[in-house]
Amino acid sequence: MGKDSRLILDPLTDNNPITIQVLGICSALAITAELEASIVMSISVLFVMGVGNVVISLMRNIIPSKIRIIAQLIVVATLVIIVDLVLKAFAYELSKTLSVFVGLIITNCIIMGRFEAFALGNGPWRSFLDGIGNALGYGIILVIVGFFRELLGSGTLLGIQVLGDPIEKTGLYSIGYENNGFMLLSPMALIVVGIIIWIQRTRNKDLIED
Amino acid sequence: MEHLELFFKSIFIDNMVFATFLGMCSYLAVSKKVSTAVGLGAAVIFVLAITVPLNWLLDQYILQPGALSWLGEEYASYDLSFLSFIMFIATIATMVQLVEIVVEKFSPSLYNSLGIFLPLIAVNCAILGGSLFMQSREIASLGLALNYGIGSGIGWFLAILAIAAIREKIRYSAVPPALRGLGITFIITGLMAIGFMSFGGMLTGGDDGAEKEDKAATIKVIKEDFKDDAKAKADLELADNTNK
Repeated sequence: MGKDSRLILDPLTDNNPITIQVLGICSALAITAELEASIVMSISVLFVMGVGNVVISLMRNIIPSKIRIIAQLIVVATLVIIVDLVLKAFAYELSKTLSVFVGLIITNCIIMGRFEAFALGNGPWRSFLDGIGNALGYGIILVIVGFFRELLGSGTLLGIQVLGDPIEKTGLYSIGYENNGFMLLSPMALIVVGIIIWIQRTRNKDLIED
Repeated sequence: MEHLELFFKSIFIDNMVFATFLGMCSYLAVSKKVSTAVGLGAAVIFVLAITVPLNWLLDQYILQPGALSWLGEEYASYDLSFLSFIMFIATIATMVQLVEIVVEKFSPSLYNSLGIFLPLIAVNCAILGGSLFMQSREIASLGLALNYGIGSGIGWFLAILAIAAIREKIRYSAVPPALRGLGITFIITGLMAIGFMSFGGMLTGGDDGAEKEDKAATIKVIKEDFKDDAKAKADLELADNTNK
């Protein structure tokens, strides 16, 4: 059991897919200007990775190794189409914000990376745990970045104003606080992730590159 | 003019890496040396130039709502656009394999320099992203799609070349230990992205939205004109035939 629980816990901290393995950054950064979009994206990736890892793990003995990449892509693409259609049906506005980035889950390197590194060589249950763990590790970074960018950029969280009203000057705004619109621009996502990496590596010296 | 505008736009304003963060994984992983970065960048231009026009044809003649009407009247109501992810990625994966085989056969020297990067490219978000943006931005013709593919490829090439050159130099700088490697690369990329944002007003003079709408409207009008023309022509022929 100890081994299994590490499959989930490791990717959350010391083996985080974004900050340590450097996988899946493409879709992680563009959509984190709002917390809600980050959460939905994390859940989508959680679904695709959990199910995809199990499917690949079940098929691992029948996929010829030469065409395994195409086989993996087809599995992911099918799952992503499901996610995309569900989002369009139940959260149309949000699916417009995410635009092509839902489709880009297909080429999210975390998914292919975990298929290659784990699901092709392990049983379905452990692959499932590994998928969930890595998706959570990815989600945590997305939520942290989304939290800070929305809070500092527009003073809201999940669309609710938490710092007071910027127009009527209540709350923090009454003492002269201003929203930092710069945080909403996409380059700031990179810098926020850079700072997260900085903090994480300062706390755990083993991770420092030379 | 339209071609030139799209070309510059896809290189600088909508730069794959700095504006939409596509292809970040390989951008970060393969940018330690300039020579390998050039190899991967060239491969990306090559593959984008092939897959974007190909997927444009797929989108236009198979996937769009009503695209199947060339098969016959009864197919005109089909909408296969939900299949576009799977079709696009299948095209890309197949094309990459095909290109790899062809290059290996006909130009071993090119294969030696590009070859190792080609399999990497099938799962590069920039390639699929190119096709998806081509679809969502409704690029109007095959020529423009080719132009868009090459342009965004060059944009990606420039980005990886720049970061690789900076990373080669920064090895000799006193970066705080915890930021060394990945951390500082992220922050530099962020700063470069802020720099690239200044290209935003280059072509449109800041009146971006209005002009886009205008253009979309004119394109629609032109398309409808063509339809009318075709109809009128058919009518004329019919009239001619009956007169005879």
